[in-house]
Amino acid sequence: MPKLQNTTVAKPAFESNSEAPMAPKRTRLEETWRLLKKNRLAFAGLVIFVFFFLTACAGLALTSGTKPVFDPALIRLPEKLKPLLSKPNLAVLRPEQIPPLGTYLLGTDELGRDVFARMLQGSWVSLTVGFVAVGISVLVGIFLGGVAGYYGKLSVGMKEAVVACLCLAGGTALAFGAIHIGLVLVVLGLVSFPLSLRLSGMATKHPNLEWLRRGALSVDTLIMRFVDIMLCFPSFFLILTVVALLPASIYNIMIVIGLTSWMGTTRFVRAEFLSLREQDFVTAARALGVRDRRIIFRHMIPNAVAPVLVSATIGIASAILTEAGLSFLGFGVPPPHATWGNILSDGKNYIFDAPWLTFVPGFAILIVVLSFNLFGEGLRDILNPKLRERY
Amino acid sequence: MLSFIGRSIIQKIVTLFFVSIVSFLIIYLAPGKPSQVNPLNPKFTVEMVERFRKAFHLDQPLYIQYYYFYRDLFTGRTVSWKDNQPVLTKIWQRFLNSLPLFIVSTVLTWTLSFPVGIRSAIFRGGFYDRATTFIAYLLIAIPSFFFAYILIIFVVSRFGVSVIGMNTFGLEHASPVRVIMDRVWHLLIPSVLSATGGIAILSRYVRSQMLEVEGQDYVRTAKAKGLTSEQVHYKHALRNALLPFVTMFGLILPGLIGGSIIIESIFSWPGLGRLEYEAILARDYPIIMTVNFISAVLVLIGTFVSDLLYLIVDPRVRL
Repeated sequence: MPKLQNTTVAKPAFESNSEAPMAPKRTRLEETWRLLKKNRLAFAGLVIFVFFFLTACAGLALTSGTKPVFDPALIRLPEKLKPLLSKPNLAVLRPEQIPPLGTYLLGTDELGRDVFARMLQGSWVSLTVGFVAVGISVLVGIFLGGVAGYYGKLSVGMKEAVVACLCLAGGTALAFGAIHIGLVLVVLGLVSFPLSLRLSGMATKHPNLEWLRRGALSVDTLIMRFVDIMLCFPSFFLILTVVALLPASIYNIMIVIGLTSWMGTTRFVRAEFLSLREQDFVTAARALGVRDRRIIFRHMIPNAVAPVLVSATIGIASAILTEAGLSFLGFGVPPPHATWGNILSDGKNYIFDAPWLTFVPGFAILIVVLSFNLFGEGLRDILNPKLRERY
Repeated sequence: MLSFIGRSIIQKIVTLFFVSIVSFLIIYLAPGKPSQVNPLNPKFTVEMVERFRKAFHLDQPLYIQYYYFYRDLFTGRTVSWKDNQPVLTKIWQRFLNSLPLFIVSTVLTWTLSFPVGIRSAIFRGGFYDRATTFIAYLLIAIPSFFFAYILIIFVVSRFGVSVIGMNTFGLEHASPVRVIMDRVWHLLIPSVLSATGGIAILSRYVRSQMLEVEGQDYVRTAKAKGLTSEQVHYKHALRNALLPFVTMFGLILPGLIGGSIIIESIFSWPGLGRLEYEAILARDYPIIMTVNFISAVLVLIGTFVSDLLYLIVDPRVRL
């Protein structure tokens, strides 16, 4: 009875409280936006990023198709190595060769191709490589990190370990070329899987099968050791090796960069999940009987996403740099297609005669990467209240 | 302590085993056969390919190839497919070429980033801090190949020296001073280039560590009891801020073999990075796999050393 009284008393008090003057209410997004506008460098980064995004989209629309507005592959041999903002020599050009803007905004290269059109085409490559590669690495990172952080204490039981070992050994044997042994092992593993599910009943009857129920390895150990293995390889060399061995295509580059850069995200997410799962609101949700899936997606991921967002922003910058480096070494997107890296790599042979061929793509990469880094660092300060107070 | 070392070594060995499998499989499962190096070469007949496959065990199943490869690697008999030279000797020669670059750039990184980082932490928010912060961001963002060309143009046109390669040809009869200066120029520019990224990142890290420590209570106490600012900054703050960097010495180790592929190919520096690049172009699998494997070993040793150093330096860590 006193409990009930308490609640009836508390209610009006709460209502009167809400009418009392309070700090102006802002949603989290509004607050972030306000802080972002105060941080000038980060805001500049965001503006450049939006501008780059629009340019890349426009670039895709204007340079692709059968009759593009700006044709990046159009060769005009009489108009070689023209400097920035030079006028085309109309006397030697056929009508369809005249650049649409009436000038070569960024000059022409050694084959008389319009550098502006090539830069437009390359911006889309940079943008997609950055976003898709980071998208892949973030997805893998959140998945593995989430599993390691949330289910980490669960152990892979001996029975699952036996099944997994059989399948894995079979798979490895298949990969190594021992087809017969491999097939036998895989089939054995698949057959023993349903058996292992019914094992808990069997083990009580047969005491000598008891060891099968013991835990072998925790999920956390398994995933984090895998991260350790992946971290052992020097990343640029690994990417270069794989890209060089695979057929040259932009999709391979995106996938390879994505699949070799998820380790950092996994560690972040795991650390966040480990601390979040001990928090009261998660315990409360679990006490209410909320299912694991809902706890993870509704309660934990929104709270763990801030460091992932920051590292993803900086990851885009480094993916763009990696792609440019690969293109520069000649392992990038195959030749007729322009990327910022291969414009620079082609232009370096004319560095004293036509410096714009080096400087235009170089500064483009520099500015885009810089804007992503500044935005990411600014975001880190904004999303982390502890850092915010101090500066 | 001993049990920690033992456990750590066992764990590293298990990791190493898996690393050896992964680095082997990555190469062999990629499409394209090493025996198809040059199908257009008229000398490359079917019999040649057969002999090549036999000589390098390519006709065996993969797990036997795996065994042969690591047996040869540990007994030092692995040979390059391109010229039949022993791989370890080749790597060792190129390593000796890369070593001066590595030493100079590491020394530059570690001597420059500490003063810069400490100063910008002490004068936080001031002009110096803002300027170095912006320059650091700029250096992180600039593609190394682009920066290399800016630097080459600047040095060549301003000082009139040549910087490509390890030294200038035809200087045998020049005076010793000239030869030495030539060497220094050739060494300095690529080293500066490979140090820039490191300087930028490390100085930012030093700055944030310093700020972290400067906010602690004992630093405030030291200021309050009237110590000079030198004593506060260098004796109380800096010593504690240095802790994490001791462990970073271990992480330098992998850089020994990584080399910089891009910088070494721009400067035609016959180092390890260039060897890797040539091996990838020629599909010279033994070299690719050996370099991969050695660098993984160095990473593992590096993390082990840094764990140990942390254990020794920080009395609060008890494992």
